[in-house]
Amino acid sequence: MTVVEENAVRDNGVEETAAAPQPADELPDVPRRIGGPTRSGVLSLTGAAASGLCTAVLLFGQLAPFSGALGFTVTAYLGFLLIYAVLTGLEENGQAVRDRVMTVVLWSAATLLFVALALVVGFTGWRGREALPHANFFTQDMQASGPLDPLTNGGIAHAMLGTLTMITIALVITVPLGLACAVYLNQIPGRFSRFVRTIVEAMTALPSIVAGLMVYATWILGLGMQKSGLAAGFAISVMMLPIVIRAADVVLRLVPGTLTEAAEALGAPRWRTVWHVVLPTARSGLATAVILGTARGIGETSPVLLTAGFTAALNADPTSGPMISLPLAVFNFVKSPEPTMIARGFGAAAVLMALVLVLFAIARVIGGRGPGHQNKRQARRAARASRRDAERYAELHAPGLKLFADGTQDNTDEPDQPRGAGLHQSAAPPRSATSHNAPAPDNEGDN
Amino acid sequence: MVSAVEGSGRAEPSRSEEPEKPERPLPRKAFAARSLGDRIFRYQLTATGVAVLAIMAGVGLFLLLRAGQALKVRGFAFLTTAEWQPDVHRFGIAAVLTGTLLIALVAVAISVPLAVGTALFISDVAPRPLRRTLVTMVDLMAAVPSVVYGLWGLFFLQGHVIGLSRWLSDWFGWFPLFTVDGTQPGEPLASESVYTASTFIAGLVVALMVAPIQCSVMREVFAQAPAGEREGAYALGATRWGMIRSVVLPYGKGGIIGGTMLGLGRALGETIAVYLIISPVFTIQPHILQTGANSVSSLIALHYGDASTFGMSALMAAGLALFLLTLAVNFTASTVVARSRSGAQSEA
Repeated sequence: MTVVEENAVRDNGVEETAAAPQPADELPDVPRRIGGPTRSGVLSLTGAAASGLCTAVLLFGQLAPFSGALGFTVTAYLGFLLIYAVLTGLEENGQAVRDRVMTVVLWSAATLLFVALALVVGFTGWRGREALPHANFFTQDMQASGPLDPLTNGGIAHAMLGTLTMITIALVITVPLGLACAVYLNQIPGRFSRFVRTIVEAMTALPSIVAGLMVYATWILGLGMQKSGLAAGFAISVMMLPIVIRAADVVLRLVPGTLTEAAEALGAPRWRTVWHVVLPTARSGLATAVILGTARGIGETSPVLLTAGFTAALNADPTSGPMISLPLAVFNFVKSPEPTMIARGFGAAAVLMALVLVLFAIARVIGGRGPGHQNKRQARRAARASRRDAERYAELHAPGLKLFADGTQDNTDEPDQPRGAGLHQSAAPPRSATSHNAPAPDNEGDN
Repeated sequence: MVSAVEGSGRAEPSRSEEPEKPERPLPRKAFAARSLGDRIFRYQLTATGVAVLAIMAGVGLFLLLRAGQALKVRGFAFLTTAEWQPDVHRFGIAAVLTGTLLIALVAVAISVPLAVGTALFISDVAPRPLRRTLVTMVDLMAAVPSVVYGLWGLFFLQGHVIGLSRWLSDWFGWFPLFTVDGTQPGEPLASESVYTASTFIAGLVVALMVAPIQCSVMREVFAQAPAGEREGAYALGATRWGMIRSVVLPYGKGGIIGGTMLGLGRALGETIAVYLIISPVFTIQPHILQTGANSVSSLIALHYGDASTFGMSALMAAGLALFLLTLAVNFTASTVVARSRSGAQSEA
């Protein structure tokens, strides 16, 4: 400790003497470094770390009756922090000491959190290593295997299929409803949509078991249905819906106002602006919102616990009979005292974890780009479309009365054309036909 | 729906005013008549909004309907009874609600320093190239299934934390929360089972689950602290920590409070991780280090299977209480964030 301190002091002194004469001669050529690690900083960090460790060893081995790995780490850390503060205090003022110490504290808070994450993921994978190498773990169900059977018998195929079925049902409900609601919150501002947004935001932290209870109260008790994969899918939907809506709402708000204004200025009706400008611009962000919601939905146990029932057999029919999902299978496996069942539980948890990780990676790859950023294929397609438009406009503005004749030839679905055009004319006669030629054919398909 | 009707109503006067335009120098009103497609579009979107609202309101409504039977029998005593024996009509949520609050408080007490530290680290301290990765890691942590956290807490954390529990109860046992019945301070051979399955361990695991949520709310708000003020602080000679204290933290106060409350809401509702770790007791258990704890959600998970019709109604009432509690916490959180200076654009 003393050696390091002396070092630091000498270091400081040398720096000062070297720096002092310079301004007298001429201005320094090299700009002063204002950031980054300095030699004395690194030295005092390592010195403090070494002496903190030594203090802990001394306390635990010789002086005090302490024990335990956790206590050792904490003591070593506190010793390190104290010594580091003292070391820095030898050459800096109080402000700088506080700055240095807090920097270290912030580093350690983040490290602690990320180490915990690594431990959670790593521990699950490590304990899952017993069950995962067996191929039958992925292809069989637990119908023919009891708690005492070895790992070469039985698997989680039924839970994997159940998770897939439930999340599909949930997505079929959540994606249209959630995205449409997010568009509603963004496109039709007003008191009511503000109210809906408040409610949805408050519901994002809806306890998942309450979502399960709600479906249990309505679907199973109210309508007299049995516990099934469908009910579990509903429960997951109730839980996922606010999450998807809120994430999509945030993404839609990022769509530049200039783009929508440009579309409106071209005379596009609102629904067309949304369909052709807002949604494509926010596509990657919306995909991320849906995938993150899916990751949450897949991992939830409690809504499924109340609504899906329990089964050891493979059941591909979500409308009848109990069904089980991966988290529920984990939950049931680890409640058993048998080591093989617990190993199966960890195996299923590792599979679940891997599924979430994959979903997450996909979400990051898709959502890594900002709103409106195109990949090569999208850019090519957009360029093709705008070339087509340019040709069309060129023909439209060509002399002569080709205007309507061209429009009907370009659009293949002719029967819609006259009706749509007539309709728009009655609504807004003074507008030019160019802006209404295009929307007409889609009119029915989209609504 | 309302605005669509208004819109079509507004369009007519604008058309009738058009002839007067040359005489009076008023600005022309710029209203376009909404096309049929647009009107259908608006109706449909509004219908979606109403549907979502109905689903969300349905959660509370159906719970209330189902809980009515039990609430009618117990009345106010539902809040003050600690037992859970619905079949003899003696039940209440005093014990489980206290347990839920204690677990959530332990979780928040541990997670908030961790979340604030990590959020500040990501927004101001971490090397720039690292920041995006760290944000992704925090988001990933929020997506880890709760049952995985529960497994980790049960099979890994519990064994390592008992030492800490023992140390706390030995040295701070005079503080009522840290008392553990049946142990003497410094007694080396005390049974370890006294310290397992406690509120403290459940709170630790829940803390890890809510920290990433809190962290991402706080980080978003911290990142919005105006660059001009940051630079001003630096220009006045502030160190980095000085800048954080005088600019980022005051600016992000709303985010810190809102994020904390949001995490609290999650912690109150957590089911599976808590259920796996605790051993349920039906008395008010204020000793957080001692074995035995309970929460509303694990009560539901524990009893839903063997409940009679009346028992189910009682569970629904417990669920309703939990629902109202989390709703109140979340509303407070979003109001705090929205009112604060930083909340103008934040998403919390």
